[in-house]
Amino acid sequence: MPLIDFTHKGLYCAAGDFYIDPWQPVNKAIITHAHSDHARWGSNYYLCHEASLPLLKLRLGDIAVESIQWNESVNINGVKVSLHPAGHIIGSSQIRIEYNNEVWVVSGDYKIEDDGISGKFEPVKCNVFISESTFGLPIYNWKPQEEIFQNIKDWISDNRSAGRTSVLIAYSLGKAQRVMQCIKDADVKIFLHGAIWNVHQTLLDAGYDLPVAERVLPGTPKEHFKGNIVIAPPSADGTPWMKKFAPYSVGVCSGWMQVRGNVRRRNADAGFALSDHADWKGLLDAVKATGAEKVFATHGFQAAFSRYLNENGIEAAEVKTEFRGEEEEQEKRSTTSEQERADEN
Amino acid sequence: MKQFASLIKQLGTSTKTNEKLDALSHYFASADDADKVWVIALFSGRRPKRMVSSAFLSLWCMEVAELPAWLFEECYHTVGDLGETIALLLPESNANKSPDKSVSWFLESFIRLEKADEPVKKEFIISSWMAMSKDERFVFNKLLTGNFRIGVSQKMIVNALAKTVGLEPSVIAHRISGNWDPSTASFQELLSEEATNIDFSKPYPFYLAYALDTAVNDLGPESEWQAEWKWDGIRGQMIRRNNEIFVWSRGEELMTDKFPEYHALRDLLPDGIVLDGEIIPSIDKKPLPFALLQTRIGRKNVTKKHLQDAPIAFFAYDILEYEGQDIRELPLDKRRSLLEAIVANPGHPVLLLSPVINFSSWEQLAAIRESAREMGSEGIMLKRRSSAYQVGRKVGDWWKWKIDPLVIDAVMIYAQKGHGRRSNLYTDYTFAVKDGDKLVSFAKAYSGLTDKEFAEVDAFVKRNSLEKFGPVRTVKPELVFEIAFEGIAASNRHKSGVALRFPRINRWRKDKSPNDINTLDDLRKMLETYGK
Ligand SMILES: [Zn+2]
Ligand SMILES: [Zn+2]
Repeated sequence: MPLIDFTHKGLYCAAGDFYIDPWQPVNKAIITHAHSDHARWGSNYYLCHEASLPLLKLRLGDIAVESIQWNESVNINGVKVSLHPAGHIIGSSQIRIEYNNEVWVVSGDYKIEDDGISGKFEPVKCNVFISESTFGLPIYNWKPQEEIFQNIKDWISDNRSAGRTSVLIAYSLGKAQRVMQCIKDADVKIFLHGAIWNVHQTLLDAGYDLPVAERVLPGTPKEHFKGNIVIAPPSADGTPWMKKFAPYSVGVCSGWMQVRGNVRRRNADAGFALSDHADWKGLLDAVKATGAEKVFATHGFQAAFSRYLNENGIEAAEVKTEFRGEEEEQEKRSTTSEQERADEN
Repeated sequence: MKQFASLIKQLGTSTKTNEKLDALSHYFASADDADKVWVIALFSGRRPKRMVSSAFLSLWCMEVAELPAWLFEECYHTVGDLGETIALLLPESNANKSPDKSVSWFLESFIRLEKADEPVKKEFIISSWMAMSKDERFVFNKLLTGNFRIGVSQKMIVNALAKTVGLEPSVIAHRISGNWDPSTASFQELLSEEATNIDFSKPYPFYLAYALDTAVNDLGPESEWQAEWKWDGIRGQMIRRNNEIFVWSRGEELMTDKFPEYHALRDLLPDGIVLDGEIIPSIDKKPLPFALLQTRIGRKNVTKKHLQDAPIAFFAYDILEYEGQDIRELPLDKRRSLLEAIVANPGHPVLLLSPVINFSSWEQLAAIRESAREMGSEGIMLKRRSSAYQVGRKVGDWWKWKIDPLVIDAVMIYAQKGHGRRSNLYTDYTFAVKDGDKLVSFAKAYSGLTDKEFAEVDAFVKRNSLEKFGPVRTVKPELVFEIAFEGIAASNRHKSGVALRFPRINRWRKDKSPNDINTLDDLRKMLETYGK
């Protein structure tokens, strides 16, 4: 019997009687990270990394949750479970499961490059590796973070000298904090959309050292934005909420921006292919580093990725899940906009 | 190439016309003259013959990037653009260490190597790739594959040039039109007056009408307006100069050879004449459906059968040059009298006068317009009698007043990802009507929804796919759309037996269920009524 089954509720470990990132309410859920497609509401009990804990509470409210640290293991019904850094966002972890001398690792979302805030991805030896494949095509090959950061800074200073506000679109948990790292030394003020502000406060309370930022409020005078930076989630892009920043330029930070057509489709003035997921080479390197005999590819280009692995001597299969990839972190649109409407009034 | 690549990048990402214009005029003010000539040529549809097929480019890219063909295909399908796919897949280059070569150098190399052996071409292309950055490779590939559409209209090029050299846009538009060779023309020559006079084939820029967006009564007194039928054909200019006939399409393509029927006019028209009109298939002076023209337009050689089945005529409605003089500034009234005299004379069935519709009130004209479809027309053109023949699309003097499209309610059954800017979304749909309890597909449409609606449909497709055939997904037949189209013709290439002209999504009928959609019989009735 396989250690993990792919069920309609999610990835299920029968031996330990727990789920990983289930998409329906279950008794016991182990969570890789706090993104909404991985951490869903309604389960009786949650286990996650300690850095994910406040974020999980922010998003899921009053839940029964416990946390552990990386490389710390717990025993659940005789199954040994431990968490290992995935480098995706703050608290994101791979989940290692060991039972009867067999080891499975569920990657959750991950990226290889150390972004300086999420912890550095650690390959974990295993027999079976369940890997995401959001960007599992060779057209996705990221530039180093430093180079993209430089492009963003240049763009901001061009906007500034043209008297425009720079509006950076970045999803609120993960990308937004990463973008803030990039601009913290620039001599500009940072303004945050309410959804990002909430995450920001949660992280500050948890003791994270984040750059100084201000929340965009209905009463903030328009002149304050001029030449400065506003960070907003994708759900705010193109809404009337943006009007008060005019004149402004929109820069979208997402791995999808690798393809020109997507920059135009989003009607962005600039696209920065800054992703929190592994690129093609990153996925291949990660798979090889695990030494796994069998790989299951989940959300993304799983068909292409698993076929390529099979053709290159690594047994692989695709698995259909309800994880969503980088377009994923669509904030709950209605909540955000209602909240912002409330702000307007 | 670096400067050109960064121009293309700016043009590609800029969302504002003014920024694009600035980028272009900056380029024209600072780039090398030979490059500028080539850039004008490229943006106005004059490009060298393809030196290498896309298939070879793909093959060489796979070889260099060490990728299997199926994976390359998958990537291409996701990116939606071959040139960009290749630029993204090639391995890191030594662009920083390589000297920059000019755009004209590359294009002239393409011409030089056109007849070269395959290994020579391959060596040239791979070594070029490996000396370029990602952005340069993209532009280079676009130059090679020849589909150079990047959100810049010819009008914008004209305006940027006008701004840079200090001439009127209409003058520039005329000078860069027609037959000229970018490998021999110099920038100075191209924009000078003499060159324009020597090129006998040179057409005038077309004057284009906007769709009427107000009530027709708002146009003022009826007496100021001339009404004509709006034809569904290819807009063209017929030029008779220096004892030759030239026919240009609105897309600035010289089409003389595609229409041997017109050659007879060489001996029948006086010299120094330019007519504006519509190229339409026609028998007995009556227009036939546009679909007929399509059967011969894409062919290299026009056969006897084409000439028999789809004979064409030129429905003339304006005259721009008379006795060798540019008369575009004359009022329409005057031009019309000249035109009527000119066309009456040859009395040849391939040159017809597009008639003026007599009407005394807007109400009467509105009633006449209802019969447009029976006339084989798509509506009415309204032209101010006092108007000059202007350049490009201008508001005010010419309006098209089209009849409402035909519509039918249908259910979506297949979806496919779009290309280019929509390459991540399912935006290309196939629609079906009912035939008893079966569904019969009858049309594909790609446009007509807002970005928000596309996103909504895309989410539906992703959640409701039944099967996958390559890039195509079979979708649960649930979403109903109103499909609009301009014409309908019988077709044995389609399961439904009909082919539609310009099908598009008119609106999403969220209020309707698949039970409410139209039937194949409804389509057949439309064919009966409008398909002749
Ligand atoms: Zn995630
Ligand atoms: Zn994910």
